[in-house]
Amino acid sequence: MPFLLDAEQRAFADSLDAMLAAADTPSAVRDWSRGEHGRGRALWSRIAEAGVFALAVPEAYEGLGPRPVELAVAFMELGRHVVPGPLVETVTAAILLADLPDPGPAKRLLPALATGELMATLAWTAPYALDGDAAGTHLAFTAQGLHLSPGHGPVRRSLDPARRLAPLEPGGELLSPDPPTAQALAYARLTTAAQALGVGLALLDKTVAYVKQRTQFGVPIGSFQAVKHRLADAKIALEFARPLLFGAALTMAPADVAAAKVTACEAAYATARTALQLHGAIGYTAEYELSLWLTKARALRTAWGSPDACRAEVLSSDRPWR
Amino acid sequence: MDVTHCAADEAFRAEARAWLRAHVPPDPLPSLETGEGFAAHRAWEAELAADRWSVVNWPAAYGGRDATLVRWLLFEEEYYAAGAPGRVNQNGVSLLAPTLFDHGTEEQRARVLPPMATGEVVWAQAWSEPEAGSDLASLKSRARRVAGGWLLSGQKTWSSRAAFADRAFGLFRTDPDAPKPHQGLTYLMFDLRAPGVTVRPIARLDGKPAFAELFLDEVFAPDEDVIGEPGQGWRIAMSTAGNERGLMLRSPGRFLASADRLHRLWQAQGSPQSMKNRVADALIGARAYQLFTFAAASRFLDGESIGPESSLNKVFWSEYDIALHETALDLLGPEGELTDTDWSERYVFSLAGTVYAGTNEIQRDIIAERLLGLPKGRR
Repeated sequence: MPFLLDAEQRAFADSLDAMLAAADTPSAVRDWSRGEHGRGRALWSRIAEAGVFALAVPEAYEGLGPRPVELAVAFMELGRHVVPGPLVETVTAAILLADLPDPGPAKRLLPALATGELMATLAWTAPYALDGDAAGTHLAFTAQGLHLSPGHGPVRRSLDPARRLAPLEPGGELLSPDPPTAQALAYARLTTAAQALGVGLALLDKTVAYVKQRTQFGVPIGSFQAVKHRLADAKIALEFARPLLFGAALTMAPADVAAAKVTACEAAYATARTALQLHGAIGYTAEYELSLWLTKARALRTAWGSPDACRAEVLSSDRPWR
Repeated sequence: MDVTHCAADEAFRAEARAWLRAHVPPDPLPSLETGEGFAAHRAWEAELAADRWSVVNWPAAYGGRDATLVRWLLFEEEYYAAGAPGRVNQNGVSLLAPTLFDHGTEEQRARVLPPMATGEVVWAQAWSEPEAGSDLASLKSRARRVAGGWLLSGQKTWSSRAAFADRAFGLFRTDPDAPKPHQGLTYLMFDLRAPGVTVRPIARLDGKPAFAELFLDEVFAPDEDVIGEPGQGWRIAMSTAGNERGLMLRSPGRFLASADRLHRLWQAQGSPQSMKNRVADALIGARAYQLFTFAAASRFLDGESIGPESSLNKVFWSEYDIALHETALDLLGPEGELTDTDWSERYVFSLAGTVYAGTNEIQRDIIAERLLGLPKGRR
């Protein structure tokens, strides 16, 4: 205690928020969804310059990390602005590589991940890797262990246009027959939870703004109790996910991380449903920008651990919080 | 940013744990909502108070330990983890005492607080009336000025444990000509055994007399039992509603202990997969509530006011509490409908939580209007 972000952490969040708000991230997502990575890569460089990827890379490999609280702060902002790209995957790959018994791959790859020159992706808990066509490093798990995959297969579309999914090609250099994975999975879940919470908070803000200006029956629809109460419930769900996220970042205990993942993703998804309902038909269109947040909330729910898998993790410790 | 506690706070926790281990009754006391149980719980408060554990966050002068908000939270975690009894003086401690600290006189604090701390005087609230529930400011009970005090007349209802309590506090209309309903109200304390008071117990869902109606016919309350200025009752009653009291109405320790008991029950029933997610959600919800409260307490100690945020807290715990107990009864299967179990007692208690202390509909209006900035509309 105190269980509060310090001034420096808040300033870090504010500076990322300001930088991303000015960057027209929705246009970058539209390009990205067509496989045009130019704007997305430019955005990636600026995020790297702000130090975000270095937070996942140990100092021994020219990074600043790992710093889970700052990663959570950063990923909330990345989610809030629907930044495209293998963000969680690059962090997860960095942790995975740093934890390998053989320091060779880490020495080779981590400095470039920290500076943003290199994007990484990996196929691990899902059969697809995110943004395999953009990433320069592809990590794949097989029965033999962790491989550096030679490349990716055909891209399939996610409901979230920012997410381009592709299987990884078999073979390639075997990095480790038995890599330690617990930390990497925890970072994947933590950053996904943070990203989802950012998505949910943005959805709430956008919907509150919409119901204040949308008028029916001569009054703003936000004055109707049925509308207010749905938004109040979204607010409650998001505000109770937030402390779980930062508690998890502080302990990095598997039960805390799983609790944060399921709670943040369910809160964001519930907020997306409310946002869709309260926007009415316009919210159901792909053209309207809201769709970028709505579809991401759905995709993140099952990325890096389904709600069921996360709840099972909580129950796997006999007394998780006693 | 940190979720751990300093060594001095952990030492305080250890001291509380050791005392509770030596004193908590091995078997549960009879139901708090019965005459016998009320007396047993009152005796337990005296035992707590004898070693200054009944109101740890109060000043030592009134029987407390000057514990910080953080230490109070740690005490509560230990208290409920130890399986200690429910608190019979909850209404006085969480509603009246903060009001006296903020608005009472030194004489009132010295007179009212020590016997509240020992359970010698147990307080009931007298807010609601038959026609004034969520719209509390429309209340009609009157207090008429007489020499040396006020004569209270009218009807109050849903007064928790008033069937067994000693004294009550509430709002009374002292200026019927005030231009607005929330003006002209006065915050008063009165004796439930004074001439003119009739207490009619009301059986809650399971038949236990958990609350009561109060009929007041020219009940005398002396001037020293007015809190704050006459006519300022609404402002006084509301001013403490949003501060740390919102944090202290239900401590996270209570839900951490309940979730742990539910987890044990699930395991004892063979860890049925069909109930896995509901049990996990109970564990996660208790952790979320604990961490939310740590964050709110940290902001409060940093000088921020809590305000309408306490509405988030109230909706969360009250709905969480019901869900947890529904899960327990479902796990118990056919046993779940029996009323003589601790789970049944707690389930019935939980059902009232979404109604009292401001209905959850009112809380959602507050969240929407004051936290999200949505326009006021017809309710």
